[in-house]
Amino acid sequence: MSSFFAYLDMLLFAVLPYLAMVIFLVLTIQRYRSQTFTYSSLSSQFLENQFHFWGMVPFHYGIITVLGGHVVAFLIPRRILAWNSVPLRLYVLEVSALIFGILTIVGLLNLIARRLTDAKAKTVTSTGDWVLLVMLAVQVFSGIYIAIFHGWGSSWFAAAATPYLRSLLTLRPDIAFIAAMPWMVKLHIVNAWIVIGLFPFTRLVHILVVPNPYLWRKPQLVRWNWDRKIIRQS
Amino acid sequence: MDVRSQISMVFHLDKCIGCHTCSIACKNIWTDRKGTEYMWWNNVETKPGTGYPTKWEDQEKYRGGWELKGGKLSLKSTGRARIVPNIFHNPSLPSMDDYYEPWTYKYEDLFNAPEGPDQPTALPISMVTGKYMDVEAGPNWDDDLGGSPVYAENDPNLDGLTPEQRQQLFAIERLVFFYFPRICNHCLNPACVASCPSGALYKRGEDGIVLLDQKRCRAWRSCVAACPYKKTYFNWYTGKSEKCILCYPRLETGQAPACFHSCVGRIRYLGVLLYDAEMIETVGKTDDANLIDAHRSMILDPFNPKIIEAARKNGIHDSTIQAAQMSPVYKFVKVWKIALPPHIEFRTLPMLFYVPALSPVMASRTEDGILNSSEDLFHDVESSRVPLAYLAKLFGAGHDGKVRYALRKQKAVRMYRRMLTVGDVDRETVDRMLREADTTAEEAEMIYRLTSLCTFEDRFVIPPAHREEAIEMMKDPYEHKSSVGFGFLSAPKRGL
Repeated sequence: MSSFFAYLDMLLFAVLPYLAMVIFLVLTIQRYRSQTFTYSSLSSQFLENQFHFWGMVPFHYGIITVLGGHVVAFLIPRRILAWNSVPLRLYVLEVSALIFGILTIVGLLNLIARRLTDAKAKTVTSTGDWVLLVMLAVQVFSGIYIAIFHGWGSSWFAAAATPYLRSLLTLRPDIAFIAAMPWMVKLHIVNAWIVIGLFPFTRLVHILVVPNPYLWRKPQLVRWNWDRKIIRQS
Repeated sequence: MDVRSQISMVFHLDKCIGCHTCSIACKNIWTDRKGTEYMWWNNVETKPGTGYPTKWEDQEKYRGGWELKGGKLSLKSTGRARIVPNIFHNPSLPSMDDYYEPWTYKYEDLFNAPEGPDQPTALPISMVTGKYMDVEAGPNWDDDLGGSPVYAENDPNLDGLTPEQRQQLFAIERLVFFYFPRICNHCLNPACVASCPSGALYKRGEDGIVLLDQKRCRAWRSCVAACPYKKTYFNWYTGKSEKCILCYPRLETGQAPACFHSCVGRIRYLGVLLYDAEMIETVGKTDDANLIDAHRSMILDPFNPKIIEAARKNGIHDSTIQAAQMSPVYKFVKVWKIALPPHIEFRTLPMLFYVPALSPVMASRTEDGILNSSEDLFHDVESSRVPLAYLAKLFGAGHDGKVRYALRKQKAVRMYRRMLTVGDVDRETVDRMLREADTTAEEAEMIYRLTSLCTFEDRFVIPPAHREEAIEMMKDPYEHKSSVGFGFLSAPKRGL
């Protein structure tokens, strides 16, 4: 039996991640190349403009902060551990992470409620959207559960999850850190890989086309069909 | 000087009969698809009235266009700094309720209803949800002042009127209105382009048409909020914005846009204007009182050899310069000065100009009966039934000088023609009127001809697009020998 679980762990934490990353990389690029038109945030604010605020704003502010936290812990684990060495700083980090997690779930539940109740928003909700909403709900709920019941996550993420993720990236997967984790943490990780794998099939692709050049470009854009330089020379 | 060419337009409101043929022509060609049912790239409004979307001119509500703050131009909705925190929920975005929910009728009920004591009815069903709905508003709900106590009284342009003028405007038997057809103005300082986080909107360099690249649109919706004329629309089905394309496929093949071509009253004129693109920012920052003059000053004289030289240097084709010289828009806007931009105080520098409509004489009722306020056959424009203050709000950024000038000149043209055709006005009066209106008999004759006797060729002076040369200049034509069409085409299908 234990060999079965070892095998399952191997499958979920050493095989699934690569599968998800390959799907993510190949298919998002493929979709961008062949179906550029489908890259859109598919906003439904135009159809329902009141409740939209209470879903979109808390959800996005929440999830961007929480995800940012994961990335920071992945990139600079030592500094996070050093920061957490003073209890007060650890508490501040943990509580603020939890607050943003709760913000995320409040927003997400509002979004789900909105798509369930508003007739117009419902018509532009696809099966893919529902799958995604459920997956995200599982992800955020499990995250909050972990934050509450398996405390000091900011420390043990830096100490255990970061080495695991790095081992994946260096193509020497080491699942020893993860195999010993509680099942809720395992669920959180597996679900994350599934979401990454589903990424190119859902509206999540809008994250990849976030428009940063806007902040620097000139206000007016002009496109020429004629090559002005060649015309001037001719 | 950076000379550019812009396809510009004039709508002669005195000739508009409000038949909506333009709207239908446009809808049949461009917005007869799922997600676009509610869009009217071309629509005709009754003024006074609230328009479409309801009260679009009220920028306290919609926050469209530019504002001048401390000598800097910034978008009222979400410019640069404000787009970042507001990208998830655009606070200035109108919702479908501000336009209307499109509907059709369940026509099969008329045929399938069982026999009974009542006539069968076709109930309205929403074209968004497909469910039964109560129709509460449509795109033209206040047409011809229908329901004016509810709608027309909310017209934002009435703000500048005295209570007396308001009462006169809406008094029964003295009601007056005119039509206001609207398409995208293809502005020189478009707020939609400036607001787009993805850079999907752009101005075509060759002819200034403002287009939206649907492959780059990511549905951030900023353009819808930023356009003060509300002429960019959000396709709720494909998740992409769409707007008037000035029928560029027709223009490139030498045909007038569908709304121009189909216009029954022949109110629409189209032609090239050459302008100095370097002046856009300074003109945009001019104060309200001088805005129209500044806007006009950017438009360059296509007969001036220096300007022709600069235009050539900038890659403007000789045929385009020729078209600019024959442009009816140039005459209306720059030579005769009787066409005015709509709501130039939004500072997008619109390139669609309107000849304001003359309205009937205002009479006032006394105990002795009805008194005309003027002895003149064509009354003084000051006492028009549509108050100058109202037209000034629409076409003069709140200042009535330019509107008065345009109306007086039109009136002088009428008197001049009346003298020639009816003969009940004497030459002396006409000469005085022409002088007062800053015009001459020759100019009056030209205005009359382009207004009343204009042919297709007079109204639409379309420069050749030279797309074929453009491709040849950039690429070897043999490169395209084995290819078909214009590259990879994919259906505008909603994303997953």
